[in-house]
Amino acid sequence: MSTDWPTLPFGMAINQALDVAMSVDEKVFLLGEDIAEPSGGVYKITKGLSDKHGTNRVRKTPISEQAIVGAAVGAAICGYRPVAEIMIMDFLAVCLDQVTNHAGKIRYMSGGQTTVPMVIRTSAGAGRGFGAQHSELLESWIVHTPGIKVAIPSTPADAKGLLLSAIFDDDPVLFVEQMMLYWNPAVAGPVPPGDVRIPLGLADVKAAGSDVTLLTYGRQTHDCLAVAAKLAEEGISVEVVDLRSLVPLDEATIMASVAKTKRAVIVHEAVGTCGFGAELSSRIHEELFSELAKPVQRVTGKNTPVPYASNLESAFLPQQPEIEAAIRRIL
Amino acid sequence: MANSTPDRAALLRMFEIQTRIKLNDERFRSMLMSGQIQLIYYSPRGQECISAGYAAHLRSDDYVITIYRGLHDHIAKGVPLKELWAEFLGKATGTCKGKGGPMHITHPASGLMVTTGIVGAGIPIAPGFGLAAQLSGTDQVTVCNFGDGASNIGAFHEGLNLAAVWNLPVVFVCQNNMYGEHTPYRMVTGVEFIGDRGAAYGMPGVTVDGNDPVAVYEVMGEAIARARAGEGPTLVEARTYRFWGHLMGDAMEYMPKEERKAAMAADPVLRYRGWLIEQGHASEDELAGIESSTTAEIDEAVQFALDSPQPELSELYTDVYAEVAK
Repeated sequence: MSTDWPTLPFGMAINQALDVAMSVDEKVFLLGEDIAEPSGGVYKITKGLSDKHGTNRVRKTPISEQAIVGAAVGAAICGYRPVAEIMIMDFLAVCLDQVTNHAGKIRYMSGGQTTVPMVIRTSAGAGRGFGAQHSELLESWIVHTPGIKVAIPSTPADAKGLLLSAIFDDDPVLFVEQMMLYWNPAVAGPVPPGDVRIPLGLADVKAAGSDVTLLTYGRQTHDCLAVAAKLAEEGISVEVVDLRSLVPLDEATIMASVAKTKRAVIVHEAVGTCGFGAELSSRIHEELFSELAKPVQRVTGKNTPVPYASNLESAFLPQQPEIEAAIRRIL
Repeated sequence: MANSTPDRAALLRMFEIQTRIKLNDERFRSMLMSGQIQLIYYSPRGQECISAGYAAHLRSDDYVITIYRGLHDHIAKGVPLKELWAEFLGKATGTCKGKGGPMHITHPASGLMVTTGIVGAGIPIAPGFGLAAQLSGTDQVTVCNFGDGASNIGAFHEGLNLAAVWNLPVVFVCQNNMYGEHTPYRMVTGVEFIGDRGAAYGMPGVTVDGNDPVAVYEVMGEAIARARAGEGPTLVEARTYRFWGHLMGDAMEYMPKEERKAAMAADPVLRYRGWLIEQGHASEDELAGIESSTTAEIDEAVQFALDSPQPELSELYTDVYAEVAK
């Protein structure tokens, strides 16, 4: 990572990835609710892009999620690389047929004759007081459908590099953006200019350590790094592995880290039951059972809808003291 | 002129397509009844004239989308019979290497782009094909087929509205066969004429007798010409009657016997055949020749499919992703 790179907020890194993708390939276009000027999207992620690339390529749609994803599927089959924005991840519920039955299965059902190189960008997550229908992390729904790739970045540089890879991937990719990261100054970071891609399926060891492995992704990576820094003061060495993409999954990096530390805690925002951590824990136990010092722990969103009141909403989220406690349970 | 009456070549082309559909359907049903083949089969019998009517106007680079009851559309768009039969029988030589089956026939070389098993799900996808043509500056047209039942799903509204808003070259063809699965459409549909729903999206909506090939040809011709000229989408409701149940083996207790008998007695393909001879457009020998050559082609396709192997087991893991899945 170069110090010469400009520091950008997470949201601006995504904007830059979209801009670069449209500049290098005329087959890339964006569609979604409110994404064109004058608003540039409800979170301003697509700010300026319709002025630069035209409203033919930055297309405002009706509030019609099935039509948004469906149109992306059709155009993708014809060789375009559409990037569809589903404003809030919970709205996947109203277009899931297009996502799973069509985007996810068309390559297979057609015997590889038709492919669906599209991205669904969606913002997600609790912390903004939006209540139960605008705050969920639902990546497990999509991980459960073979045929779709899933990426969830934690830093601006990862967001840009992974989104560029997602757009130029030949499979549909769900790209999850936790809205609490968008314009948070603490999350802003150096981002390489230009068309710099990070391959899907490569985890990133965000902090090296030897006593315990934290396996996480997205916003919770920052919580894990904070806990690691705190415990370092006590001489506890915590490795933080940011998965970055869940499909494909970098099992090699995960297993190497856990084999080294013999202890793992999985941290994610989605509810625990049938969450991605359940799958990950199972795979680790299957592969490394005899090497583990203690059972794999999970720290996740609570098994409730996301509540409105700020104290309840905070309690819903995985908290740093919970991560710390989980580590101490297995040390 | 797009809306002119069909010339002799078009009349015969429609007969040829109808005959291919009818004879293939008869072969599927007879082989199913005799136990020679086993598969879930949705007969398109009764809907032949609709597919023939639009297909007579399409080029091979135009796009067609259809549904699980799609054999007539597959044949009309020109999917080769050998690969079609092989796919229906789950063989490696099928259009989709045996991995899609009848509900997911895909053959881009013929322009048959999507066959979906989800009622109406092609409707929101069709605007994507239209958008691709519009963005690329081609004059390709997309014909999106679905049934009366699909006109009641939410995606119908979203897809037609988007196509209208973006002025896309899509013709939405509602093949109203009077039954959505086991339920008469009038019992579950707020309007008598589904074509009337076009008005709700600011697009032309037309209802046509789907058993009148000339009328279908004219209506489809106009709709396809509008789309090709960049004048936007059209909703066409073509009304017919589904001769058989929702799927083969269905006891059809929900279809009044007299109603079905009357529809089958007025078989649109046979009626059209008689009309062509009566009007002097074709001779008995000419039409019989089309029928016998089609039968020979079907014989060959069936044998090809029967003789073909099932896919290799390794195919289970291919085509999940661009890379081989684990």
